[in-house]
Amino acid sequence: MTRTPAPQESGQATRTGEAVIRSEFTLTDHTGKRVTEAAFLGRWQLAFFGFTHCPDVCPTTLAYMARVLDMLGDTAERVAALFITVDPGRDTPEALAEYVSAFHPGLVGLTGSEADIAAAANAFRVFYERMEQDSAPDGYVMAHSGYIYLMTPDGQFETGFREGDQPPEEMARKIRDAMERYGE
Amino acid sequence: MRTALLIAAVLAMSPLAAMAEDAVRIIDPWARATILVSRPGVAYLTMESARDDQLLAVESPAADRVMIHAIENSDDVSRMVNLDALDLPAGERVALAPGGTHLMLMGLKKRLTEGGRFPLTLQFERVGAITVSVPVLGVGAGGPAEDTQ
Repeated sequence: MTRTPAPQESGQATRTGEAVIRSEFTLTDHTGKRVTEAAFLGRWQLAFFGFTHCPDVCPTTLAYMARVLDMLGDTAERVAALFITVDPGRDTPEALAEYVSAFHPGLVGLTGSEADIAAAANAFRVFYERMEQDSAPDGYVMAHSGYIYLMTPDGQFETGFREGDQPPEEMARKIRDAMERYGE
Repeated sequence: MRTALLIAAVLAMSPLAAMAEDAVRIIDPWARATILVSRPGVAYLTMESARDDQLLAVESPAADRVMIHAIENSDDVSRMVNLDALDLPAGERVALAPGGTHLMLMGLKKRLTEGGRFPLTLQFERVGAITVSVPVLGVGAGGPAEDTQ
């Protein structure tokens, strides 16, 4: 028997005229620790949503993020790089630990219940959906947004990047520029 | 309408069709190292054919099944789409590259580790089967060119 989590109450999402992207979540990191966005406040956040069974876009993007972090050098210490799974059914903290460490030692993997993930994705305004595909492992794949979100140290949305739009050097430079504008 | 049909007929009879018997060229095949054995692997390559052809199927002893996937991006959401066949128009390079069309290797017999190689057989409609040896590059590799830097 599998238990299906209760469907998300749509009433709890307060929508105003514009969609505000914010870092807000309660999730479990790849070491098994429960964390909220507060754990990363004070540092810039680079957040990417994906899943470990994704053969192409996710490894490509995570490898790219890793190169950006390397190019930031010491500045990377002021950046929390987060990989938030949209496939919590398969992406346990253990699976994430093995996965993220293969890309970069600084990368944090985050998972949770389906409701936790839905709430996090909602805060970041990230869209994802399960697509049934007979030929896929376990019979499904996840479709998801391909953006890497840059959030300020107080958790506000700064800008979004996509792998392929610019070489890693350029993204690293843009992050430095954003830090300077922010007054650091 | 009649003119269009006529042109099509003339093209079909032109010597172009009989010009080249060259096999399809497979350029720079590579695969990315996999992190967990239970996760699908991915392979990329570029193909060029002198005449119109179609990639119909791919297989490898390294995996239970190899699928041709395209990525559809709509509203910034990436969706993988399974292709039954991939068109190879005459003289055109068709590149399978990260973030786009790729070969997904399902049910890997073992983890693809950097430095290793495995055979991959591509089945084309006209030229038949071509087998290439695919080098496995690093987890963060972007392609063979970058790897040799």
